[in-house]
Amino acid sequence: MDTPAQYFHWGFILISVPNLIVIGGMVVLFAIALVVPFPHGGEGDDDHNK
Amino acid sequence: MTTTSSVGGVPPGSAAETTESRSWTLRLRKAIERHLPMDHLLPDRQPYYVGSWVYVFGVITIAALVWVIASGVVLSFMGPQWWHDSGVGKFFNSLHFWSVQLFFIFMVLHLWGQYFMAGWRHGRAATWMIGVVIFGVSVLTAFTGYLSQQNFDAQFIALNAKDAMNGAGAGAFFDVLNLGQMYGLHVMLLPVGVTFLVVVHLVMVRTRGVVKPIDAEGGARS
Repeated sequence: MDTPAQYFHWGFILISVPNLIVIGGMVVLFAIALVVPFPHGGEGDDDHNK
Repeated sequence: MTTTSSVGGVPPGSAAETTESRSWTLRLRKAIERHLPMDHLLPDRQPYYVGSWVYVFGVITIAALVWVIASGVVLSFMGPQWWHDSGVGKFFNSLHFWSVQLFFIFMVLHLWGQYFMAGWRHGRAATWMIGVVIFGVSVLTAFTGYLSQQNFDAQFIALNAKDAMNGAGAGAFFDVLNLGQMYGLHVMLLPVGVTFLVVVHLVMVRTRGVVKPIDAEGGARS
């Protein structure tokens, strides 16, 4: 905890590894949310969408 | 103030109409009934396209906010000695910290989802913009939270931020070295602001419903 984080340096991109892991995890989670089927989907109406 | 049109079947110019136009509570109640009926506020069915995990990010953000506020109330009640020294205090300190992490992670995922589905379409621009303001106020709230930890980390952040705040011209009225000011903002004004804006954001979402996916638009109906 008291030691500085390691940094990923690629061209003009400079980011700490912990931040990179969090952002990478968010991208993966977003992609999973897009492809994993949602239970009880496919029914209902669109009357609320006015 | 007078009204020129018939409201709720009341003839214009009648005694009932005059009473209604003078009563702001009556006008407010009727406006709420008109714009936000209960079947919109607490719907039991959703449109067919609300069948993706992407729509869950927003509600997870709100769930995280509930935990942030609940743990924050306990921390503010018990004080810094407790949250630094006792085991239970450290647990609530961590609960507060990690629920904030989840709040921001899912708020950004919600933002990505709304950005890619252009959630501001069909009269929802104000909903989007309030969301942007919530994000900004949340960043400020988290920042004052880092300054309110009352440890060396908070001092380090405050000292380094002081120059930036002075350079931005905000140092005179937003003094990051003033713990009382930062703590007061963090536990009172900013959380109330975030919560109020989230409620407004939610009511606006429920008023207009969830935006249709771009490829499901078809006709002109929005």
